[in-house]
Amino acid sequence: MLTDITLGQYFPGNSPIHNMDARVKIVLLFIYIVAVFLFDNHINYGIMTAGAIGVVLLSGLPLGMILKSIKPLWWIILFSFGIHLFSTPGEPIFKLWNFVMTKEGIIQGFIISLRLVLMIAISSLLMFTTSPLKLTDALESLMSPLKKIGFPAHELAMMMTIAMRFIPTLLEETDKIIKAQQSRGSDIGDGNFFQRAKGMIPVLVPLFISAFRRADELAIAMEARCYQGGVDRTRMKQQRLHNVDFWAGGIFGVFLISLILVQFTL
Amino acid sequence: MSIELKNISYTYMPKTPFEHLALDDISITVPEGKITAIAGHTGSGKSTLIQHFNGLLKPSKGTILVDGVDIGKKNTEAKAARRKVGIVFQYPEYQLFEETISKDISFGPMNIGCSEAETLERVKQAMAFVNLDYDKYAHRSPFQLSGGQKRRAAIAGILALQPKYLVLDEPTAGLDPKGREALMEKFRRLHRERGTTIVLISHNMDNIASYADNVIILNKGKVTMEAPPEEVFSQKELISQAGLELPEVKTIMNELAQNGLEIQNNAYTMDKAVEEIIEALRRKGKC
Amino acid sequence: MSFIECVDLTHIYNAGMENEMLAVENVNIKIEEGEFVAILGTNGSGKSTLAKHFNGLLLPSSGKCLVDGMDTKDEEHTYDIRRQIGMVFQNPDNQIIAAIVEDDVGFGPENIGLDPHEIRRNVTAALRAVDMEEYRHFSPHHLSGGQKQRVAIAGALAMNTKCLVLDEPTAMLDPRGRHEVMDTVSRLNKERGITTVYITHFMEEAAMADRIFVMDQKHLVASGTPREIFRDIGAMKKRGLAVPMAAEMAYRLQQKGLRITESIINTEDLVRAICQ
Repeated sequence: MLTDITLGQYFPGNSPIHNMDARVKIVLLFIYIVAVFLFDNHINYGIMTAGAIGVVLLSGLPLGMILKSIKPLWWIILFSFGIHLFSTPGEPIFKLWNFVMTKEGIIQGFIISLRLVLMIAISSLLMFTTSPLKLTDALESLMSPLKKIGFPAHELAMMMTIAMRFIPTLLEETDKIIKAQQSRGSDIGDGNFFQRAKGMIPVLVPLFISAFRRADELAIAMEARCYQGGVDRTRMKQQRLHNVDFWAGGIFGVFLISLILVQFTL
Repeated sequence: MSIELKNISYTYMPKTPFEHLALDDISITVPEGKITAIAGHTGSGKSTLIQHFNGLLKPSKGTILVDGVDIGKKNTEAKAARRKVGIVFQYPEYQLFEETISKDISFGPMNIGCSEAETLERVKQAMAFVNLDYDKYAHRSPFQLSGGQKRRAAIAGILALQPKYLVLDEPTAGLDPKGREALMEKFRRLHRERGTTIVLISHNMDNIASYADNVIILNKGKVTMEAPPEEVFSQKELISQAGLELPEVKTIMNELAQNGLEIQNNAYTMDKAVEEIIEALRRKGKC
Repeated sequence: MSFIECVDLTHIYNAGMENEMLAVENVNIKIEEGEFVAILGTNGSGKSTLAKHFNGLLLPSSGKCLVDGMDTKDEEHTYDIRRQIGMVFQNPDNQIIAAIVEDDVGFGPENIGLDPHEIRRNVTAALRAVDMEEYRHFSPHHLSGGQKQRVAIAGALAMNTKCLVLDEPTAMLDPRGRHEVMDTVSRLNKERGITTVYITHFMEEAAMADRIFVMDQKHLVASGTPREIFRDIGAMKKRGLAVPMAAEMAYRLQQKGLRITESIINTEDLVRAICQ
């Protein structure tokens, strides 16, 4: 079922990871992802994986849930694994027609897959442990220096807030429409590509109409609640750094330094 | 013949933190030629339940027989049995998608392989039934219709499938009083004139009281009652436990009885109630 | 001076265009502070259009609408008016903006630039007023329809609204949800003196009001207390409306020759009339 998708869902909790300031989380996530792609020492891969597992454990979320979030992107991981498998020059171990599989290819493919998995896992952890509003507030605040050059930071953040609020609603709606049209004898998801694409029309048309109607009603509701863009707007939840953020920063600093030491000394 | 559910259980999102047993060992029968009402408050599992009637959802446990055929099988017989059941979902007007009303109503018949002539005939019949004049409306866009007309056009889309069993999920939600009454009368006619079996899902107990032969009460995924209306409405406690209310007429009758009016039996429709009261007052010599 | 006052209010959608449509014509209405009024009318009678004038979401094509003495056409006052008049719409899903209850209730106060402490205080008080405090960290997606509508009401209260305009707030709810909303609205009206304008298709809900306005074919055709309005069953039916069940029953009994002299709008009235 469509509503089984966990992407973009927040699971409230009270772990140190939940309690961190979203801005800190985003910045650390960003540095972590850069590190994952920068450091190529094998010991470092171990440290980074251990770090990721540690953070997941600390968040109190089941490891299985993180793995589930990787599932939709599984084929991308396999695809890039396959490409590296056959396209890396080195010691051949297997040959099929024109394709040569090398030992280096296996290692390279494995490393790339690991990088992708780490990146997705940590990013979904951010989504799972941060309320959408905090996340968008944080993005708005991190992007706010760009407002000076006319970048619509507030509008963008508001759009993201609303999009996230409506993801579950629209998924549910899609599910309902599919079922209604199936009840009228349509075989959605059967046949070849063109038949399938045509089969989606009875779902997409009502879905778009409904999304527009919702958008319209939502705009009226927002207007009725005095919304006037980002002008003179205040915030109930002010972003303030707490002890947990300094601890997180400190621990992350140690983590980063050890990565650098390993990278350049071993 | 009938729709028969045997020991149906259904679990939503199994093996996730949201795992939830929506239906718990449900065994009910929807007899042919009757109007059966299913009542329960939101979250009682009634929407999940009706999606089992035509195989949209497959039960985690149990079997569903439509006219004796197990619809969970993968053969053509099972497919034909599933097609005997038509479902009108809540707010069906949100499923309209074609450029014209007649095309939209044709969608169902074409899908099940009716010829063009047959489809046209069915479209005309269905439109006549819901009071949408074919010549006037057939080639208009469904999106130009008023709210009530859209609802009727969408219902025509299901009626064109000519289902033997018609499942209606809150068919009058959001309509004004006149619209509600007119629509319910249409379904009553369909039942009388064509013998269509109707399953009415509703939390409007007054509607159920005036139309249903049989009432099933769902609460937290379980059937708490399955009986004729007079029996169901005599169980005030069970009804309020299920988050529902007695029909207004029945409440008034209960109040009158408590205040000393000697009422004979258990009227729950307006006509019966009025007769009862006059009768009781006559006995008292007040009338 | 009335709290809300419409003078010869007419509204035409898409005026001057091909798809021009007259929605409300020459409506004169006065709603006093602290009053609870219901507006009845079939779909398309113009009641929602009228309601959208009360906080300046729509502006009159001719005539005017005054709120607390301020003309809704006066742009200077738009936000003062919207602060005072909170709106609750039919579809609970399409008016909740944030993915967490308390964030949503805080949306209005944030828009009018209250300071964070005050917002927090208002949000807590508003959630308490609609009895939803324990759900403040919930996602709206996991609430029932009645709970969502109470969150929407809290969203208005958090702006210190003086008046609630509710446009068919119970149309999509089950009996339990309807009771939650009705009880909340009538309590806020009685205990806090919140002026209430309640649009509905359910006659039992309208019977709670101090006064009822009836709209038919874009016009305001009747106004009066529930007793006055529901007395004339013939007129209500002619307008595609109904009367509360008890009133209908009294009417049928009268037709069968029973003498009922009192006007009847609820079960207690009927019991009193029959069992006296």
